[in-house]
Amino acid sequence: MSATVEEVWAALEDLADPEIPVISLRELGILREVRAAADGLEVVITPTYSGCPAMGQIEDDLRSTLEKAGIAARIVTRLAPAWTTDWMTESGKEKLRAYGIAPPHATPAAGSVVRFIANPATAVAVPCPRCGSANTLETSHFGSTACKALYRCQDCLEPFDYFKPY
Amino acid sequence: MSAATDYLLHLADNALVLGQRNAEWCGHGPILEEDIALANVSLDLIGQARLLYQLVAALKGGDCTEDKLAYFRDTHEFRNYTLVELPHHGPLSSYAKASLDYATTIVRNFLYSAMMALLWEALEKSADADLPAIAAKSLKEVRYHLRHSRDWLVRLGDGTDESHARTQAALDHLLPYSQEFWAGSPAESAAIAAGIGVDPNALKSDWDTIVDAALAEATLQRPPLGGYVPEGKQGIHSEHLGYLLAEMQSLARAHPNGVW
Repeated sequence: MSATVEEVWAALEDLADPEIPVISLRELGILREVRAAADGLEVVITPTYSGCPAMGQIEDDLRSTLEKAGIAARIVTRLAPAWTTDWMTESGKEKLRAYGIAPPHATPAAGSVVRFIANPATAVAVPCPRCGSANTLETSHFGSTACKALYRCQDCLEPFDYFKPY
Repeated sequence: MSAATDYLLHLADNALVLGQRNAEWCGHGPILEEDIALANVSLDLIGQARLLYQLVAALKGGDCTEDKLAYFRDTHEFRNYTLVELPHHGPLSSYAKASLDYATTIVRNFLYSAMMALLWEALEKSADADLPAIAAKSLKEVRYHLRHSRDWLVRLGDGTDESHARTQAALDHLLPYSQEFWAGSPAESAAIAAGIGVDPNALKSDWDTIVDAALAEATLQRPPLGGYVPEGKQGIHSEHLGYLLAEMQSLARAHPNGVW
């Protein structure tokens, strides 16, 4: 007897991101949908950054978790609509903050490229995940992974990662 | 080959070749943050190339794979702009060596990112079934690349005498290569006619706006154009691409069908 959509969700609900293990793939918005297709169950994922090296690991983790649960399901990658940090759940963002990573702000309204680059100085304050101070400074656009930028708190002096709006 | 596959290969080869070039900074960055930034940019570019190669492989069918497209084509089959294959230093020929020059890296990334941000934005409306999704993802990424390279262009151009001189020299060397952005090619014309591609000349005034504003802020002078217009996107490359491909492809060719 084949598994139900609910059973697949139950098996995958808590599967953690391999890079940031405090947050689940569902909370990150990578695990999009489980559906019953004509020829079997499908687990739909949407990749984050094009070159994120964790995507291969994520597929492997999904496959082995399904196997362990004795569930036969296909993993389907869906590119559109493109993954956005706006899909991250509030509970997921809270877990990031507790882990020491400042969660992403809402992505800014998509203006044209010309307008975007002509107004580079619209920095939004990124509160320090440790002390909550808004007196922080971006030290680099790019952090330990493609999805993060480097910041430093000018009050408690803690350096931290900021999950960039994408 | 169809209009779509030729055009998609052009986009993919741009991303792969520049991704490989920028990765030369990995472990050699001028400061740790920039080392990490360039590695991140490279990862994005190689990721974009993979999505496009996978699409081409699916369109071509048979035993075509993304790896075959990346590792088992030769110089004349690559369709990237000549700009992205040039080494990270001023004009020297073949295997003559010079130190990696960060001004060259930054100017090239800025010119290319400004072009690609506009092109990906326009390609979100491509008539191709799959290209708009890749364009939407790539646009999010290239906006970060554009902001990064523009910030450094201003910092270096409006910096010390040394950084200004080197950035101006890099601009004088590289800007003429950007003429290839606007020169047509048969593959582009076919893709535009099919509604898959975008006419780059429709993007030129926006590109000029972005570039001129940044150059003014960076106190750099726009050099006069003219001279040879490169034809990398038609497979006619500088001697530098062969060396880059030889390094990139040697492992895959030494162990064909290797899996790890």
